[in-house]
Amino acid sequence: MSSEQEAESIRCLVAKVGLDGHDRGAHVVARAFRDAGFEVIYSGLHKSPEEIVQAAVQEDVDVLGISILSGAHDTLVPKIMDGLEEYGAKEDTLVLAGGVIPDEDREGLKEEGVAAIFGPGTSIEETIEFVRENAPQR
Amino acid sequence: MTMDADDESLLKDLLTGKHRALARTISKIENRSPGYRDLVSELYAHTGDADVIGITGSPGAGKSTLVDKLAETYRGRGETVGVIAIDPSSPFTGGAVLGDRIRMASTVGDMDVFVRSMSARGTLGGLSTATADAVKAMDAFGKDKIIIETVGAGQNEIDIVRTADTVAVLVPPGSGDDIQTLKAGILEIADVFVVNKADRDGADRTVQELREMVHLGEESGLGSGSGGHHSQEVIDAHDDWDGETDADEDEAEDWTPPIVETVATKGTGVETFIDELANHRAYLVDSGTRAEKVRQRYAEEIRTLLREDVHALLEDELDERGGIDDLADAVRRGETDPYSIANDVLAPVEACVENLETKPGEDGSGPE
Repeated sequence: MSSEQEAESIRCLVAKVGLDGHDRGAHVVARAFRDAGFEVIYSGLHKSPEEIVQAAVQEDVDVLGISILSGAHDTLVPKIMDGLEEYGAKEDTLVLAGGVIPDEDREGLKEEGVAAIFGPGTSIEETIEFVRENAPQR
Repeated sequence: MTMDADDESLLKDLLTGKHRALARTISKIENRSPGYRDLVSELYAHTGDADVIGITGSPGAGKSTLVDKLAETYRGRGETVGVIAIDPSSPFTGGAVLGDRIRMASTVGDMDVFVRSMSARGTLGGLSTATADAVKAMDAFGKDKIIIETVGAGQNEIDIVRTADTVAVLVPPGSGDDIQTLKAGILEIADVFVVNKADRDGADRTVQELREMVHLGEESGLGSGSGGHHSQEVIDAHDDWDGETDADEDEAEDWTPPIVETVATKGTGVETFIDELANHRAYLVDSGTRAEKVRQRYAEEIRTLLREDVHALLEDELDERGGIDDLADAVRRGETDPYSIANDVLAPVEACVENLETKPGEDGSGPE
């Protein structure tokens, strides 16, 4: 129908998972994504992988950005990926990781299905550009 | 209406209770994806069982926390809950931070509380249509209670919460002097008032002010939605006005909004609030007001849809004339004015419609 307006918006969940209590970086990313015209849902601190999966599925987000500073990414990220798979959401969700993630762990996370990892010093423009180019077309 | 195979299976998955299908359907609604109208029109046949509750009130009144406790209590009673949380979006970038979900802490991990955040996305009447359609999707999915939570900052919100059967307005303590309660707007749409943060200073006064306002509304016959407008002449002619009011059947069935005090952070008063929501629901059914309300809502939905379609037609018309920016520039240069432009743009549309109406009679042949 020609009269239907395009109203699509990139939806992102910015998630803090596990025990780390620092979310300044997550706030900065959420704000920058908002200013880029995305719809951002912020999870709040100390969420379990199940809670993140629940939010990602219900909100039907295109992008899930996981911020981890605690070093527990090798345990938590696979749990989130399994949860997404359970609800059939793994295939078309762009999963990003950010925070303190050592180089030697990166390959493992990518095998789990994480599309990109943004460590300290990444410019926010780079992240936004990546999301714009890689957000799933549904 | 007809759907393609993908939408057929999406509908089937939604009706069999797959969360992903509900989430995807709401996205299609929000995005106005091709075919979404056919999908929504199929949903109607499966709706009508859910209680729809609207919650509004100024920012910081504690809506999200109260909604969280409501959802928790309903879940404790074995009922499933859908929540639509509405947040504003930036008028400049369209971006939004949708933050109500954070406060839904009591029910995380429980998939039977389905929370969905929505933003305005800046289209004319678009949000209220999208919200009403998302309610349809949750209703068809089988949610027992659907809660719509809005920011409560403007007239636009009123349209949205009116999608609900019962509207609760949260009034935080100390939210202004008594003249505020006389102003038109958000307070008028309340079926239930909630003074949240009732443990704070000024709560008693706020309750008192609301009570006076509700009482005034009753006396003048202008209580919520009664539609009892009487001229001063009529009132003067009846010294025994109270008796007259009671004799009037419609007036006797009026709903008087109760005032509930809650402390959402502690869960205090939530049970009472739920009882009052149930009372209002019972009143709607018993008085026959529900049928009336549902009819009004559908009428409004039809109007909104038509307005959106006509709006789109006119946008096309504007594009053909070089776009709204050029036209606005012409006004700025003093070459024309908005009224003339509106006339010019609409004239061919009007002519076309008139032509359609008269054509069969004119040339003697029926419509093609």
